[in-house]
Amino acid sequence: MRKWQCVVCGFIYDEAAGLPEEGIAAGTRWEDIPADWLCPDCGAGKLDFEMIEIC
Amino acid sequence: MSAAVTTPAATPVVTPVVIVGTGLAGYNLAREFRKLDSATPLLLISADDGRSYSKPMLSTGFGKHKDADGLSMAEPGAMAEQLNAEIRTHTCITGIDPGHRRLWIGEEAVPYRDLVLAWGAEVIRVPVAGDAQEAIFPINDLEDYARFRAAAAGKKRVLLLGAGLIGCEFANDLSLGGYQVELVAPCEQVMPGLLHPAAAAAVQAGLESLGARFHLGPVLASLNHRGDSLEAHLSDGSLVACDLVVSAVGLRPRTELAAAAGLAVNRGVVVDRELRSSHANIYALGDCAEVDGLNLLYVMPLMTCARALAQTLAGTPTAVRYGAMPVTVKTPVCPLVVSPPPRGLQGEWTVEGGGSDIKALCRDASGALLGYALTGTAVQEKLALNKELPALLA
Repeated sequence: MRKWQCVVCGFIYDEAAGLPEEGIAAGTRWEDIPADWLCPDCGAGKLDFEMIEIC
Repeated sequence: MSAAVTTPAATPVVTPVVIVGTGLAGYNLAREFRKLDSATPLLLISADDGRSYSKPMLSTGFGKHKDADGLSMAEPGAMAEQLNAEIRTHTCITGIDPGHRRLWIGEEAVPYRDLVLAWGAEVIRVPVAGDAQEAIFPINDLEDYARFRAAAAGKKRVLLLGAGLIGCEFANDLSLGGYQVELVAPCEQVMPGLLHPAAAAAVQAGLESLGARFHLGPVLASLNHRGDSLEAHLSDGSLVACDLVVSAVGLRPRTELAAAAGLAVNRGVVVDRELRSSHANIYALGDCAEVDGLNLLYVMPLMTCARALAQTLAGTPTAVRYGAMPVTVKTPVCPLVVSPPPRGLQGEWTVEGGGSDIKALCRDASGALLGYALTGTAVQEKLALNKELPALLA
């Protein structure tokens, strides 16, 4: 499982944890997150490649 | 017969959209605009070096062992290529002439089709007596951060002025980076005005567990060199020995050039829901803008504005709408998310939990949620609570 960081605000998406409150189950891989998903902290878009893999 | 004179066909000159500022506001607007319009010339003007970086990350660099180069995401040349734009760095504009749709860089006039002010806010400087003014560092952009990192190398003790959001973030980060941190601020709790006292106490206790010491109430009265270190006199009579000082007492939107050009300014540059200033073809967003009365110095409203303004500049006038704007504070020792009640709305607070896990909710008489402060494990409830929060600009 990997972690991805929003390069705009620093939000970290942890694949292992998912975002159950947003309907993204624990273990959801980054590539399986909907294309129209937005960073919950700042609103940056997934499609703009604004997240980077950090580990 | 007169000789035929051929003149080269005049090159059609298309005046550019000009964005002043290359922080998150300027670059994200440019990026959103280019998704909609790949043809209109775009000029970005920056007073600094034009590198692209994420300002919130300035609060996490010591803990992550990242210097300014490590936080820089792209050089201005790469940004110019990516955005199909001209980027002028280390360039300060000196005036705006709205009547002729041009701005001034010294003696040089630069015409614009539309002008966007995205030049941010500047740090408030408080007067401090003594002979060590140069040891007081603001950290408001990547270059400030580079200067501070250079000065902090090999040092041990940092005195932070201000216990607001940025002061607390730096306190956490510098502690993680191995510095002994002391904070001084003329308030009774951390983040006054933003945070419920119970949540503030949780954050303060978290920072204290990292070794940070708080002096809440006094201000820094004077700062003097004493041998190899500094001696800070606080207004309550106490003395703090330190090696350098970080000033995080607050930000003030930059409005001077706008005001000099006759634009309406208040706390920030006054703009409407379409981010239009009082003058045609001049817009503002980000930390310098007061949007329909709101000057919010956070990333989420900035990104919302960038999307709306890009539409407007591309020919589809679009009003910005703000939903709830909760703020995630980078104090990992005690995670914090806060959404203060909107101005003018009164409610009653209830506090649940204890220790580092506080859930403070503000509800009006009908039970509707107006705001919250969540710390520790309670931050997991933010997405559910966000759905209940009122929109700031519906």
